Amino acid sequence: MMSWLPENISIEGEEIDFLFYVSYYLTVVVFIGVAVAMAYFIIKYRAKPGVKAKYTHGNNTLEILWTVIPTFILLVFVLMTQTSWAKLKLAIPQNPHVRVEVTGKQFNWIVRYPGDDKKFGTKDDLVLDNQLNVPVNKQVLISLKGADVIHSFFIPQTRMKQDVVPGRTIPLWFTPTKVGKYEIPCAELCGFGHSGMNGEMIVHSEADYAKWRKKAWAEKDK
Amino acid sequence: MSETTADAHGAHDHHEGGFWSTYVFSLDHKMIARQFLWLGLIMMVVGGILALIFRWQLAWPETQVWGFEWISDESEGMPEGYVTPNFYNMAVTMHATIMVFLVVMPILVGCFGNFLIPLMIGARDMAFPLLNMLSFWVAVLGAVIMTAGFFVEGGHAASGWTGYAPLSTVPEYTGVFMGQTLWALSLFVLSFSSLMGSINYITTLINMRTEGMTWFRVPLVVWSLFVTAILGLLALPILGSAGAMMIFDRVFETNFFNPAKGGEPLLWQHLFWYFGHPEVYILILPGMGIASELLPVFCRKPIFGYRAMVYAMLAIAFLSWIVWGHHMFQSGMNPALGSAFMMTTLVIAIPSAIKTFNWLGTLWGGSIRFTVPMLHALAFVILFVIGGLSGIFMASNVVDIYIHDTYFIVAHFHYVIFGGSVFALFGGIQYWFPKMFGRAMDEALGKVHFWLTFIFFNMVFFPMHILGVGGHMRRIYNPMQYEFLQGMQPINVMITLSALALGLSQIPFVFNFFATVFRWNAKWFRVLTQAVSALVVGFIGYKSVAVMFEGMMEPEPSTGARIAGTIVAIALAVWIYRYLEKNMAPLGADAPQNPWDANTLEWVAPTPAPHGNFGPTLPVVRRGPYEYSVPGEEADWAPQTETIDPKYAEAGH
Ligand code: HEM
Ligand SMILES: [Cu+2]
Ligand SMILES: [Cu+2]
Repeated sequence: MMSWLPENISIEGEEIDFLFYVSYYLTVVVFIGVAVAMAYFIIKYRAKPGVKAKYTHGNNTLEILWTVIPTFILLVFVLMTQTSWAKLKLAIPQNPHVRVEVTGKQFNWIVRYPGDDKKFGTKDDLVLDNQLNVPVNKQVLISLKGADVIHSFFIPQTRMKQDVVPGRTIPLWFTPTKVGKYEIPCAELCGFGHSGMNGEMIVHSEADYAKWRKKAWAEKDK
Repeated sequence: MSETTADAHGAHDHHEGGFWSTYVFSLDHKMIARQFLWLGLIMMVVGGILALIFRWQLAWPETQVWGFEWISDESEGMPEGYVTPNFYNMAVTMHATIMVFLVVMPILVGCFGNFLIPLMIGARDMAFPLLNMLSFWVAVLGAVIMTAGFFVEGGHAASGWTGYAPLSTVPEYTGVFMGQTLWALSLFVLSFSSLMGSINYITTLINMRTEGMTWFRVPLVVWSLFVTAILGLLALPILGSAGAMMIFDRVFETNFFNPAKGGEPLLWQHLFWYFGHPEVYILILPGMGIASELLPVFCRKPIFGYRAMVYAMLAIAFLSWIVWGHHMFQSGMNPALGSAFMMTTLVIAIPSAIKTFNWLGTLWGGSIRFTVPMLHALAFVILFVIGGLSGIFMASNVVDIYIHDTYFIVAHFHYVIFGGSVFALFGGIQYWFPKMFGRAMDEALGKVHFWLTFIFFNMVFFPMHILGVGGHMRRIYNPMQYEFLQGMQPINVMITLSALALGLSQIPFVFNFFATVFRWNAKWFRVLTQAVSALVVGFIGYKSVAVMFEGMMEPEPSTGARIAGTIVAIALAVWIYRYLEKNMAPLGADAPQNPWDANTLEWVAPTPAPHGNFGPTLPVVRRGPYEYSVPGEEADWAPQTETIDPKYAEAGH
């Protein structure tokens, strides 16, 4: 199953993949255990002439065991998850390298880059449709906004997904680790154009990123 | 009070009265149960066809759907059989809405709740027969409103069965006008139907258990319906209110959910899921109850851990109120809440685990009979396990960041609702059919239906886990629009082919059902039944071979593949034909009073059960419901009315 995961290209995504594997091994082991026991019982205890079923109403020791053991395992799982969750959702980076604002609007991602003043909403902002340019190995902080309905900003290879809610600004951050082009589908049904609402993230090498910035603002000022 | 009136009725064997009061506006819980069954089965056909239409679009995007080419090119939805994006969204929305509210709920809660509660606790009818009748006809009204939505300008609701605001509340965002309003109105009406049913079930169960039917002698399926009714009583008003608020937003321009005018879109999600999570337990609990009922009967053995089963259900009833946020981990609600909701969600997984282990315990040491109901109960257990385990992935808020809103979720809820609830539903129909209609459905046809459904269910829904892990979003119209999904398209094709096979697999069931209800046993009809079932299997075999040779993406099989496919098809068809020829019993023959040698009270009542259920005196209960293979007793079963050796009375409650 894991080989179906697309390649992960973000540092934050590793946390998610790790817990995915934990869930995977945990559930596969439990499934095999249950399935084998069930198959064994079904074969062994099929009706045979002259053999009566056991008369038993249960067993309290077993009930306690199969309540306490899963509780313990799941508790460990909860604790393991929460440190990652806090990292991914609560520890908003104070000094991100790159800041971008993305607005979901039927059926586009509108990407706003601050100019050299590093502030949004000033004249030197650059606005592009469906194109997110970021440098490699730098943490990116995106402020997600919604203009109409709920969308969901999704970059499969970074494992990141966040609903975009009109009326709120929701932070999302990640650190891409590989140069390339990646799709940014919308993952929440948002109307007839939902399918095909798809942006592009271009992860540049550091040098290319500087070049891109120069060129983009030069074109803008024309 | 109702006891005395019911007694007066009980003296008559047949409900006298005209056609209208017997078949239409009946007050008899058994007739109302059958009415709910018909309602659910008819709507299941509608829901199934919608699913096949959107599956077609997913496998072969923007091609003409086979069988729909005749539609005029002026149609807004499917011009010349091509699916438009809005029609696609509508099909997905309405498939889910219909399956949840007009198939699973009417059958599992409406039909089985009505049929089983009075019969199994030794009551003559429901506490409030008139309310019961109203509950059914209000459900019909809801179904009519829901169906009307298909015919209005702008099409039916297209914002998902979860109806997220403001997409659903501001008509301009979807271009759907009346449709979405009718959708909300229908849910509002249906919530009243469920409410009336719930009040009735709860009252009946608390007040009308026969002498000796203590709480711990109540069969587990009745317990499950009791807990379901409590959840229904508390959850459905929330849906009704949310639906009303949606109507207000759409029609009267209030702005509960519209952020552009100061409303709060997440309020809808909180209301919907505060209803929605209890709702998923409304869908599964009766299925769990049915499985708990069938396993002891066909293992000839007491249920393992009766009390643990009851406590687990009660735990679920409480916990299902505090987990709704797991549907909203990525919704933008305060992430700190996500941690709390993950915790509670894993806590609610524990009672489910306990139930599973007790079902396994019931199998252990049994004397297992593989009847059609039992096959469904076994399938229920293993498929529910898969659905529960995929829930663990999503319950982890961190893993859910990636798999939320992907096909992984779709796989999860189909394993629990189709694999769980619907398999239980089919098993329950086959099991109680003799009491419900006075004749037994055929076992051989039932086995053909079961195996086909089991195989193709898994072939449709298991690969969806893989799609989800690959990042495939749910509710997209055309996966080929995304580069990262194109490599997985063969899986989509395989799923759709299997879904078509799953649809065809229901044909033996339809034949079985109608033949039994209407006693169609003429020679020609039997031959037709056998031939059609054989053809279905042969056709599926042919297609499977073609796909094995050519892969998923090749529409025209080569000559070699055709020849091999034909040979396999003929072999399979002959096999099924001869199997059915040899094993099919006379269709629609009268069923004995207790065909399964079961203990519970419904089998003490005559078949078909008369109005008032039990003749002049009510049965008195003297033992637990699952006392099978009691040492020292001659038969391996005895009705609950028999006394039991005091030595075992305590153990069996
Ligand atoms: C072991 C117990 C279960 C756990 C831990 C669990 C967990 C979850 C979680 C976390 C989600 C939300 C995932 C997401 O949207 O990202 C979910 C969705 C869902 N679950 Fe479960 N679940 C369990 C059992 C059930 C049962 C018994 C049913 C129904 C019979 C059910 C029906 C659903 C449905 C219908 C959805 C999706 C709703 C939608 O978004 O359309 N689940 N489940
Ligand atoms: Cu969208
Ligand atoms: Cu839930």
